[in-house]
Formats: sequence, C-alpha cells, structure tokens
Amino acid sequence: MLEQYIPIFLVITIALIFAVVTVFASKIFGPQRPNKSKISTYESGMQPIGTTNERVSIKYYLVAMLFIIFDLEVIFIYPWAVQFKKLFGELGISVFVSMFIFLVVLELGYLYAYKKGGFKWD
Amino acid sequence: MYNNIQEFYNTLPLVIVAVGILISTVIEMYSNKSENFLSWFSILVFLASGFYSLFTLDSRSVVLQNMLATGGYVNIFYFIFTLSAAIVCFLSIDYLKKYDAYFGEYYILMQTSVLGMMLMAGAKDLFMIFLGLEVMSVSFYVLAGINRKRLTATESALKYFLLGAFATGFIVYGIALIYGTAQSTSFEIITTKFSELSGNLLFLTGVLLFLIGFSFKIAAFPFHMWVPDVYQGAPSTVAGLFSTAGKAAAFSAIIVSLFVLFTSGAMKIITPYLSVISVLSMFFGSIVAIAQTNIKRMLAYSSISHAGYLIIGLAASNSEGIAGIIFYLAAYSFMNLGAFGIVSIIEGKEETNLELNSYRGLGTRQPLLAALLSLFMFSLAGIPPFAGFFGKYYIFIAAIEAKLTWLAILGVMSSVISVYFYLRLVVLMYFYDSSDNIEIQKSNAGLLAVFISAILVVLLGVMPDSLLSLIISYL
Repeated sequence: MLEQYIPIFLVITIALIFAVVTVFASKIFGPQRPNKSKISTYESGMQPIGTTNERVSIKYYLVAMLFIIFDLEVIFIYPWAVQFKKLFGELGISVFVSMFIFLVVLELGYLYAYKKGGFKWD
Repeated sequence: MYNNIQEFYNTLPLVIVAVGILISTVIEMYSNKSENFLSWFSILVFLASGFYSLFTLDSRSVVLQNMLATGGYVNIFYFIFTLSAAIVCFLSIDYLKKYDAYFGEYYILMQTSVLGMMLMAGAKDLFMIFLGLEVMSVSFYVLAGINRKRLTATESALKYFLLGAFATGFIVYGIALIYGTAQSTSFEIITTKFSELSGNLLFLTGVLLFLIGFSFKIAAFPFHMWVPDVYQGAPSTVAGLFSTAGKAAAFSAIIVSLFVLFTSGAMKIITPYLSVISVLSMFFGSIVAIAQTNIKRMLAYSSISHAGYLIIGLAASNSEGIAGIIFYLAAYSFMNLGAFGIVSIIEGKEETNLELNSYRGLGTRQPLLAALLSLFMFSLAGIPPFAGFFGKYYIFIAAIEAKLTWLAILGVMSSVISVYFYLRLVVLMYFYDSSDNIEIQKSNAGLLAVFISAILVVLLGVMPDSLLSLIISYL
C-alpha cells in the first residue's frame, strides 16, 4: 500500500535537496560586496516605520468575524442555487424550506449584531 | 428533512431548545429587562425539553438521513443535560447580580451548549459528534470568560480555548484516519466492518486519537491540566455546568460511538488504554485534591477522580457498565451541581470566601447550607444512603462481572482516599470555630436549585432501582 506514495516522497526529497543546495550554493559561490542600501530591509522602497508588534483596534476583528459569517452564507447558497431546479424536482418544497430556515437563523444573527452595535465604527 | 411527522415529534426535544435559542436572541435584542426575564424563559425551555424527552422514551428511531438517534437512553441523557442546565440557570440568577456581570449572551450560550450536548448524545455519525462537540465547546469557551471584567475569568477562558482547540484537533485527526480506513463516518458501517478493520494500524491509531481527544473533554488524567485553572477562574455556576453536563455529554459521545462494540466483545483492544487512564485519573484526582486549599480547585480534582470511576464502566465494556455510567452521571451531575451551587452562594463579591478556611464554623452560622453541603460531600465520597454510593456500586459490580476485579479494588481504594478531603470540609464546618464572620448574600432561587439537587440525590440514593431499571430497559 505504501508503494503508491513513493513518487510523493521522491518529490519532497528532491524539493528539500534543491532548496538547501541553492541557498547554500549562492552563499558559498556568490560574490559578496554589501553596501548600506543593499542590506536595508527593502533595497528600493519605503523605510519601515515602527515594529510589527503594533496593536490593532478590536473593531477590525469584529468586522473580520462578521465577514466570515456572511462569507459562509454565500458558500452555502451558491451550490444550493446552482442545483435548485434539479433538487426542487426531486424533493419538492423542502429544499426551499431548509434554506429558508438557515437564512432566517442567519439574518437573526445579523440583526442581533446590528442591535448590539457590532457595525458601529466609533 | 423529515420523512413523516412522527420523526419531527421524535426530535422535538432538540427543536424546543433550538427555537428557544432564537426566541431568546429576539428577547435579548428588543427587551431592556431581559435580565429578569431571560433566566426564567431558559429554565422553561430546559424543563419543557427535558420532561418531553423523559415522557417519550419509547420513540426510538433514527432520523435525518441516519444522522441522529432519538428515544431510549438518548432521551435519558437529554433529561440529565437539560435538568442540570435548568439548575445552573436557577443558581445564576443571583450569582450574576452579585458580580454585576449580566450579559445577555449568558443564557443564550447556555442553551446553545445544551443543544450541542444533545447532538452529541444522539449522534449516529462521526460528523454529528464533531458538530455537537464544537457547538458545545465554543459556547463553553465564551461562558468561561463571560465575567469579562475579571482577569481570572479571561485567563481561564483563554486557557480552555487553546487547550480545547488542541484536543479538538486530536479528534478531527482521529476522525480523518477512521474515515480513511473505513470509507465511512457512519457508526453502523464502521461497526459492521470493525472486526476486519481492527487489524489495521491506521484505523486503531484513529480510534486512539479519537479517544484521546475525548479523554481531554472528560478531564481524565494525562489530559487534565486545564481543569483546576479553568474551574477556578470561571464563574462557579458555569464551572458546575462544565463539570456535570459537559462531562456527561463527552461520556455520551464515547458511549454512542463505542456502543455496539461493547456488546460484540470487540472492545478488548481498547480496554488496556481505558483501564490505565481510569486508574491514573482516580488516584491522581483523589491524592492531589488533599493538598488543595481552594474549594473550587478541590472540586476540580475531585471531578478528575470521578472521571476515573466512570471510565471503569467503559473498560468493563458490558451493558451493566453502560447502565452504571448513565446512573453515575445522573447522580454525579446532581450532587456536584449541589456542591458548586453552595459554593456559588457562599462566594462573596471579588471571589472571596473560596478558601476552605472560609467554611470554618459554617455549621453554627448557616446551619441549612452546612447541612446540605455535608449531604453532597457524603454523596460525592460514596457513603451509602446517597446517590453517589450506588453509582460507584453499579460500576464496580460491572467491572467485577467483566473480570476486571483488580480495577474495582483500585477504585474502592481511591474512593477511600477521597473520603479524607470530602469529610475534611464537613469537619471544618462543624468542629471548628470561625475566626472571621463572613457575609453571605441571600439567594432564594439558588437555594431552591440546591434543594432540588439534594432531593434528587436522596431520591436516587433511596430508590436507585427505579432509575437503573429504566436505563437497562431502554439501553
């Protein structure tokens, strides 16, 4: 059973060897003449401002969480809408009802977030 | 969805809770007085769902495309979950006022967690177990930190979330391996294939990972690290819910996923794992609890050792063991909720009165609370007239019948050790004078909840046969 995985292991091994060899080869064989602008963070571009440990306002997380919820809604609805005609023929009204219940629950959550001020920026 | 209306009636306990969640959300949105109303509404939802499931034990069926079982012992689990949650709601009314920590989400999350537990208990498919587990766990993570102004609550919520997510990872990996080898997530198909699969190393690894994930959720020994910190930091009422209904739900998931294996004798492969973690949890829990000075930590370690006793019933792998576990879970839920309830009543603002020394001399100052707490401690220690004794008795008998006498002997030994720290609290309350007079706020609803638990503990102790024969006839 494990024989069928040999190609995958081969690919992984070759990839590892290739990565290690190229990194060290350029270090060993390449000419190294550093100057100030060459070793700065970006050779051409903006100077970095501050550190990466910047605190981010909690509002962004709220927006991100709400976005994920509605993104999931779309993921559920797309395949349902594409297959709707076919499923309606087979199963009847229950196809519509089950999605309707899902949407009612979701919109209730939306309303809850709205009422509790989840969309207020200030 | 449903093939006929009877199937809808069979799932009504779940539907009641689900509709309750939606209505509670609307109430919370539009009412300014939800604080007073929502607690009673959720108690109503829990009791309606619980008693409906108790009166429809005969409605055995498998619904929703072989995903969910209804009726029988599943409904007994529903009753345990909902009644425990109702008791916790009663306790919470005054507790949240005391801390001034009412957030509308509290009761809604309590209902969602119970819905998750119910999905786990009725699951017929690994996906259903996972769905129920996540619905329950995510609600629990938030509930642990619901008192968000307190640093300890936040710490406990974060700890619970990180370690809980880690354990869920184990379960998902286990499910993936089981699915990869059995080509199905349905318990029935996996069970029929079990004898040929049991030689497959990948399949056994999957089962082991699945069990390890659940060992975390039931707080068994090597996976117990989160328990004391989470119980200590979380609000006392919520900690009561974790240790009773949450544990019962995790055990119900193990039982439904291994149920057919118990009777077919194919369990012999998993028995060593189960007996080892049961012995370790029992002894670790009862020995470390002796060293605790905080009562919530003491109860947390006691809950680890109780997980050990319950696993003996799984290791016995016969129907007596399963009946014993369900009985023990019912008894344990009510006695532990009673103990946590009294802790939450005695607890003062700013997490005071939680040390064991605060209970000195309680017998003269608060005779009623002290008497009830002694009752729960006697029951937890397993002293005969109370429910805890019969829970342990049935489980040890099942172990002896499964030729695991050594496990039963170790269980009795650990239970003797545990008597020390349970009775130390009783001794502190009755045989010592208090140094400082602690102030205890009156809580009528909380007292009612403790009374209900006490009555159930005594009733189950006086007539254990009534529940046990019910469980056996619906197993």
